[in-house]
Amino acid sequence: MTDTHRPTSTDTDDAVAAAAVPASTPRVTPPRSTTRTLFTVVLPPIIMGILILGLWYFVSYQMLDERRRFLLRPPHQVLDVGFLDWGNFSDILWALWATTKVAMVGLSISIVLGLTIAVVMSQSKLFERALYPYMVTLQAIPILAIAPLIGFWFGTATTGRLIVCVIISLFPIIVNTLFGLQSAERGMHDLFTLHHANRPTRLFKLQFPAASPAIFAGLRIAAGLSVIGAIVGDFIFGRGEAGIGQALRKYANNLDGEQLLAAVIMSSVLGVTVFLVFGWIQNLAIGKWHGDRS
Amino acid sequence: MSTAAAATATESLSFEQIGMIFPDGTEAIQDVSFSIRKGEFVTVVGPSGCGKSTLLKIASGLLEPTAGRVIVDRDRLGYVFQDATLLPWRTVRGNVELLAELHGIPKAERAQLASDAISLVGLDGFEGHYPKSLSGGMRMRASLARTLTLSPPIFLFDEPFGAVDEITREHLNEETQQLFQREGFAGLFITHSISEAVFMSTRVLVMSSRPGRIIAEFDVPFGYPRSPDLRFDADFARLSGEVSHALRGSH
Ligand SMILES: Nc1ncnc2c1ncn2[C@@H]1O[C@H](COP(=O)(O)OP(=O)(O)OP(=O)(O)O)[C@@H](O)[C@H]1O
Ligand SMILES: [Mg+2]
Repeated sequence: MTDTHRPTSTDTDDAVAAAAVPASTPRVTPPRSTTRTLFTVVLPPIIMGILILGLWYFVSYQMLDERRRFLLRPPHQVLDVGFLDWGNFSDILWALWATTKVAMVGLSISIVLGLTIAVVMSQSKLFERALYPYMVTLQAIPILAIAPLIGFWFGTATTGRLIVCVIISLFPIIVNTLFGLQSAERGMHDLFTLHHANRPTRLFKLQFPAASPAIFAGLRIAAGLSVIGAIVGDFIFGRGEAGIGQALRKYANNLDGEQLLAAVIMSSVLGVTVFLVFGWIQNLAIGKWHGDRS
Repeated sequence: MSTAAAATATESLSFEQIGMIFPDGTEAIQDVSFSIRKGEFVTVVGPSGCGKSTLLKIASGLLEPTAGRVIVDRDRLGYVFQDATLLPWRTVRGNVELLAELHGIPKAERAQLASDAISLVGLDGFEGHYPKSLSGGMRMRASLARTLTLSPPIFLFDEPFGAVDEITREHLNEETQQLFQREGFAGLFITHSISEAVFMSTRVLVMSSRPGRIIAEFDVPFGYPRSPDLRFDADFARLSGEVSHALRGSH
C-alpha cells in the first residue's frame, strides 16, 4: 500500500505538486460497472470451463462405448470416486504432500546453489565464460536420459528424486539471477563508483535489489519446475516415500481412471498453487516499488 | 594524466589542456582549459555530442583524459546526472540517504542530513514515496537532495533538467540558483538551453562541435538572487542572443 502522505504547503512548485497527487492516491481504478466486469472478466473463463466439461461428457458418452469408457470417465464419476471418496482422496493428498516436500527441499537447494553460482559468475567474467556452456548443457540434457545415471550414482530413493528436481529447476534461477545482477543501469553503477563503493556494497545495495524482479521471475519458473521434477523423479524411479508420481503409475496400472484423473488434476493444482504462492511472495517483497501500480 | 590533488585556495576545479580520444578513435575533446572558482557557477553550452558529458566524467574521475590534467578535490564531489538515477527500490528518503550511507555516515546523522536536504528541495511529505510515483521534476529534486546531503563544495550538473517540461524547468532553475546562493558551492552546469545557461550562471562557456573546444566565453553580469522576470530583461535578451550566435558559429 502506498503511504498517503500529502505535500504540505512548503512545496512552491504547484505544477509539480499537482502532477504528483494523482500518482500518490492509492488505487484509482477507473470507474467500471460491475456488470461489465462480470461480462468481460468473470464470464469468459466460466463459459470456457462449461465448454470443456461439455466436451469431456461428449467424449465419455458419445465417442467411447461402454467397454472403453474407463479411458475417460465422465466428470461426475471422477468427482465421486476421486475426490468425494475420502479414502481415495486422502491417498492422493498424502502422495501430493510427499511430492511437495521433495519439491520444496529440491527448490531450496536450487535456490542456494543457483544464487551462489550466479553471484560467482557475476563477479568474474572468467567464471561466467567457464561455467555458462556447462549450465546450458545441463539444461539441454533430457532428464529421462540421465535418470538411469542418477539412479545408478545416487540411488533411486529420495536423493535421486531431489537431484532430478535440482537439475530441472536450477537453470532458470541461475540465468535470471545473472541477468538481473547485470541489469543495474550504467548511471547507477557510476553513482556507486563516484562514491567509492566496494564490491560487496555494490552487490548488496545495487545489484541484488536491481536483480530482485528477475530473481523472483526465475523463482516462479523454478518452483513450477521443481514440482514437475519431484513428480518425474518419483515416476521414473518409483522408490522411496510414495509421491504423486508413484500414485499416478499405480492408478494407471490398475486402470483406476477416476483416481488417475483426480491425481492429475491435483498435481496441476499443486503446480498452480506453488506458482501463485511465489507470485504472492514476490508482490509482498517488491510490489511496493516494482511494476506500474502500487 | 589527471590527478586528484587538492585544489588551490581559490580554484575549485581546473581543467588543464584536457584532451580525450576514446579507444575507438573518437576524438571527443581537444585542448580544453578553464577553471572554476568558489562561488562561481559556470555553464557549458554546446551542440549535441560535442563532449560535454565527457568533460564532466573526466572532472569526476569516471573517465581518464588522454591528455592534460584535472585539478580537483574528489572527496566530496557532487554530480547530478542527466536522469535522476534514483534507486527504484528505495523511497525518497532511502535514496537521499544513499550517498551518506556509502560514505559511512552514522544512521542518526544520515537521517538528519536527508531530512534537511528533502526540505531544501521542497519534497516534504514525499519521504515515503517510491520513485515510480513521482513526477519527472520531483525525481530530479530527489536527485538534487541526494547530492546535497554531502554539502559538496563542487557541483557538477549534466543537463539535469533536460527531461522536464518548460515550466517545471524554470522552477527548478530558480531553486537551483537559490541553492547555489545559499550553499555557496562552485558549479559546473551543462545544458542545451541558452536561457537556462544565462539565467543561472556567472559565466557561460560555448563549446564547438566535436572535437569539443571552448570557443567563446561570456560573463553574466546580473546579481543574485535573480527573479524569473529577468528572462524578459533587455540585457538578458541581448546576452542570450550573443551566446546563441556563438553557438551557431560552433557547428
Ligand atoms: N565510451 C565511448 N567510446 C567512444 N565514443 C564515445 C564514448 N563516449 C562518448 N563517445 C563519443 O564522444 C562524443 C561526445 O560524447 P558526450 O556524451 O560527451 O557528448 P555530449 O556533448 O554530452 O552530448 P549530448 O548533448 O547529446 O549529451 C560523442 O560523439 C560520443 O559518441
Ligand atoms: Mg551528454
